[in-house]
Amino acid sequence: MRPPVSRPAKPHLSFRMRPEDLLCPTPRGLFCPPADAYIDPMRPVERAFVTHGHADHARPGNDAVMATPETLAIMAARYGEDFCRTRQSAPYGKTTDVNGVKVSFHPAGHVLGAAQIRLEWKGFRAVISGDYKRAYDPTAADFEVVPCDLFITEATFGLPVFRHPPAEGEIAKLLDSVDLFPERAHLVGAYSLGKAQRLMKLLRMAGWEKPIHLHGAMVRVTETYQALGIDLGETVRVEPKERAKLGGAIVLCPPSALRELWARKFPDPVAVAASGWMRVRARARQKGVELPLVVSDHSDWDELRRTILDTGAEEIWVTHGEEDALVHWCGTSGLKARPLRLVGYGDEGEADETPLEEAAEA
Amino acid sequence: MNRFAFLLDRLSYEPRRNAKIRLMADYFRETPDPERGWALAALTGALSFRHAKPGMIRGLIMERTDPELFAMSYDYVGDLAETVALMWPGETRANRAPPLSEIVEGLHATAKLDLPKRLAAWLDALDETGRWALLKLITGSLRIGASARLAKTAVAALGESHKPDDVELVWPGLVPPYEDLFAWMEGRGERPFADDPAPFRPPMLAHPLEDADFRSFDPQAFVAEWKWDGIRVQASAGKDADGRHVARLWSRSGEDVSGAFPDLVEALTFDGAIDGELLILRDGRVQTFNVLQQRLNRKAVTPKLTAEFPAHIRAYDLLFEGGEDLRELPFSERRKRLEAFVAREANPRVDLSQIVSFEDWDGLAAARLDPASAGAGEDAAAVEGLMVKRHDSPYVVGRPKGLWFKWKHDPMTVDAVLMYAQRGHGKRSSFYSDYTFGVWTEDDEGEKLTPVGKAYFGFTDEELVELDRFVRKNTINRFGPVREVAHEREIGLVLEIAFEGIARSARHKSGVAMRFPRVARIRWDKPPHEADRLESLERLIEERENA
Repeated sequence: MRPPVSRPAKPHLSFRMRPEDLLCPTPRGLFCPPADAYIDPMRPVERAFVTHGHADHARPGNDAVMATPETLAIMAARYGEDFCRTRQSAPYGKTTDVNGVKVSFHPAGHVLGAAQIRLEWKGFRAVISGDYKRAYDPTAADFEVVPCDLFITEATFGLPVFRHPPAEGEIAKLLDSVDLFPERAHLVGAYSLGKAQRLMKLLRMAGWEKPIHLHGAMVRVTETYQALGIDLGETVRVEPKERAKLGGAIVLCPPSALRELWARKFPDPVAVAASGWMRVRARARQKGVELPLVVSDHSDWDELRRTILDTGAEEIWVTHGEEDALVHWCGTSGLKARPLRLVGYGDEGEADETPLEEAAEA
Repeated sequence: MNRFAFLLDRLSYEPRRNAKIRLMADYFRETPDPERGWALAALTGALSFRHAKPGMIRGLIMERTDPELFAMSYDYVGDLAETVALMWPGETRANRAPPLSEIVEGLHATAKLDLPKRLAAWLDALDETGRWALLKLITGSLRIGASARLAKTAVAALGESHKPDDVELVWPGLVPPYEDLFAWMEGRGERPFADDPAPFRPPMLAHPLEDADFRSFDPQAFVAEWKWDGIRVQASAGKDADGRHVARLWSRSGEDVSGAFPDLVEALTFDGAIDGELLILRDGRVQTFNVLQQRLNRKAVTPKLTAEFPAHIRAYDLLFEGGEDLRELPFSERRKRLEAFVAREANPRVDLSQIVSFEDWDGLAAARLDPASAGAGEDAAAVEGLMVKRHDSPYVVGRPKGLWFKWKHDPMTVDAVLMYAQRGHGKRSSFYSDYTFGVWTEDDEGEKLTPVGKAYFGFTDEELVELDRFVRKNTINRFGPVREVAHEREIGLVLEIAFEGIARSARHKSGVAMRFPRVARIRWDKPPHEADRLESLERLIEERENA
């Protein structure tokens, strides 16, 4: 038997913040103990900070949600007005104090309303990027570099083979194909939130003036975009009976719809898909895609690396995607990095992010 | 190069034949000489570059990237040319992308030691698609699903009145970049002179006899031969302008297969063109297709292989003799010329296809059912049916109506159980149309189904919709693109599978391999436990071996 030893409390000569004091990965998602809030929680929690409206980041059923006004509007449109008990709107750049933690939202360039969340506590700055891109997108606010000590990044396309070309060139490929096959319908599989609207806008900018036809699952979120001031020209919901008449049309649908019965009734349809994965031929072929367009709402390899360096962060955490390669690169660049291996976040186009009730409308 | 790369890119994803032709014709129409000619050479496999090898490409990328990142990327992408094309560092630097002609000429003219530098400069100047196309081009593995024949068809589409076979006929005499060919197609020049002494002539094909109301035909107007189960080939030989003897062996689709059968090509000492069946003969006996398959499976053609699997031609027809074109003559005339030709040549590698005599259609039907008694004797196992030809039929390119018929054996069938399904391609891309089927067997754990083959045709469009629905409703597991379908004693779907041949196979888990399996009938009425057993397939093999 050893007598109990009473340890004298160690005096803090100088307080040194550990990143883990501000943020720690949990099965429910990233948790911020001082603010008592989860970022993009995977299960309902009392307080959630939500980076953007994609279904794997923004889930219904939380008690209090803080997000940008656009993200809140998208969540309300998708889940209904009662998607949470209380909402707190956080316009880009506005700082809110939550239990002594300064919280602010900054443009992530991913989709309309998408934000990086900056947390500052006791002089330590962390930025959770959510999903982000730096390529041109006329439907989302431009990505903003937010200097920080800890940068938490995604790595969906975290391999050097992923370099996304300018989206305008990919749109030109689509329009070329419509020229070459004017009697066929071009079915473009694209994420219904963000990707689809970006494509519509880019098509308009490239001079496509005809109506753009939408699968039922695309309609509500597109209307939300339009209500939030994004002009997408004339969009028409595809009526089942009309499908056979849509030769020469451009039709947008969720990626999964390309291979459903729904797609068969169009005149000799061309299966088009717009996704960063389309960079890899085997991936496109596995999905039966005939015209792959490399258009992504995530950062490519070059953007990921540039952004990590731009933030000036000393420590990098990598949430989801191809984290091993990005962590390896950080190491070779003298940065401290670790993979969080968070599960539950889909990668572009792989998890079908269309909420069920919208898919059911199709 | 960018325009060509774009074409390859589109072709590699395009499943529809007609759309492929349109993409290529579109390219040939819009692209000037000599660019399009080099592209045509690449598409028809007429280019080869000795010095550019995968090792050189690997070396270039290793100098430019982190080896660990390269390894992770290669592992992910799974294709060297594609990985390198995507990873190649830096922005596109040059002001202009190198044209295809510059690359082709450069690849031929550059010394081996200087090639890596040259190649790197090109890769620097191209975008991802351009780099991919270049690397595929130099490694000689385009694999974009467009055959040489399809490319020639697209060339023919440039003109108003040309057929693919017109291109085929002049093709052997042409060299890249084919400016004379394009000029001819576009009505700006004369037909190029084909001076190849051993050219490919498009073959004449037959219709299934069952499709015709043949009982109303006059049997006296027809002649019958065995349809041998080998490879239909054309042996073409003659002397070139310098008096050198040239011989080639062509496949039915116009691929030059001489390289695979040097023993046979060497024996083609005549001047003319024979249409026949390539068969393996041992001591004068025709071997089954399974034996021929064993030779085809080997990559290297060694003396041991050619000695063990000696290739022969069984001659069906004579198209040319000396410089004389016999194709306009009636079959009976050509047959006389062929008999005299074979007798005169007395070539140990070339023999004559036997005529099957018959009085009436019932007599021919009896011969079809029992080739051994009707003249095929010990070779009967290598007979896959009958060819029935009109005496007066000229040799017409393609598949003319009413002249030649094939009357194949009824296929073998087995009742098997659907086990797995995968989506098809092209028009069927949204349907589960590739079916893995199995038969019952017993092991330590008891009765179970073992997969014995895959079928992806034989059903109608309506049946496909029903099969697709069945698969969707009865999926019990998913492995990537593959769905496992319920297959128990009482629950599951029985498919009657028809096939042309069956042999032992060490590569298949079940130990058997079927030739040409397809869905003959969907047995909605049959419970899975009534499907066939592996033993009955093994018995079929034994019967064939003993035949």
